[in-house]
Amino acid sequence: MYKIAVIGDKESIFGFSAIGMDIYPAYEEEDVKKIIPKLIEENYAIIYVTENVSMKAKKYMEKLQTNKIPAIVTIPSNTGSLQYGEKRIKDMVQKAVGIEINFKESNS
Amino acid sequence: MAVLNVNLTRIESINMKKSLKTAQKGHKLLKDKLDELIKKLLDLVRENQELRRKTDEMLKNAYQNFMLAKAVIGEEYVEEALIIPRNSVSIEIDEINIMSVKIPKFHFQENKQTDNKALYGFAYTTSELDRAIESFSEVSKSLLELAQNEKAIELISAEIEKTRRRVNAIENVTIPNYIDTIKYIQLKLSEDERASTSRLMKIKEMLVEE
Repeated sequence: MYKIAVIGDKESIFGFSAIGMDIYPAYEEEDVKKIIPKLIEENYAIIYVTENVSMKAKKYMEKLQTNKIPAIVTIPSNTGSLQYGEKRIKDMVQKAVGIEINFKESNS
Repeated sequence: MAVLNVNLTRIESINMKKSLKTAQKGHKLLKDKLDELIKKLLDLVRENQELRRKTDEMLKNAYQNFMLAKAVIGEEYVEEALIIPRNSVSIEIDEINIMSVKIPKFHFQENKQTDNKALYGFAYTTSELDRAIESFSEVSKSLLELAQNEKAIELISAEIEKTRRRVNAIENVTIPNYIDTIKYIQLKLSEDERASTSRLMKIKEMLVEE
């Protein structure tokens, strides 16, 4: 049995507690570094992190990327999407395949 | 020319040829694996894009509804209403296997504690809060799919990097090494043969002179 957590600024993530996810307010990289190891120990399989926090803790989160669990996913905060989630995937694909994939072209 | 450190004998050359064949077979297999992985990755990325857009849209909507609820009934009341979680959610994890990369598959489980939609009093809350919570539960399913999809992309792209390195190593180091070594052994052996022939000729000459 695994659980879901949401990390981010309190304003954004508060709504998630209404549907039964556990919320952990964080604002800086240090907060994330403290919270995530604890979450991994406590059997969280998915951790959603809001964009602004995720950008600050980029280096730390890259290290956890190749672990099977937890899946750490970037979501936009309530101030609107900064497209950071897309960019992360794009960079990853570019690193793996060696070419940049134009998302818009592949869609049509 | 990089020659491996082996005995210069005929049997060693035969063994080398066998290894070379195996390496070439392995190289072909790995290359096929790499192609397939890249294909899978591109499919996943395309899917990811679609999901991202959908999720972002829904999340934006959910945030807006929540803000609205806060504005209408006040932040303290919202927090108070949500202090007891309605349902707890948990996840079951299965594994699916894509080209020997094990990818987790998440299953959503809602542990309903009550059939009641809301666990808060209606006295201080309005329909805005209900709507906000509803839009959050709508978004949770696509968030789950997104998590699964992104994890798959992460794992597959790591595997692609690893496989690519292996293909390169076999193609540019292992196979040329074998080829060079086999050639070197053959040269050495024919050189030995020539040496022994000329030695025999010399000996014969000496015998005839006597």
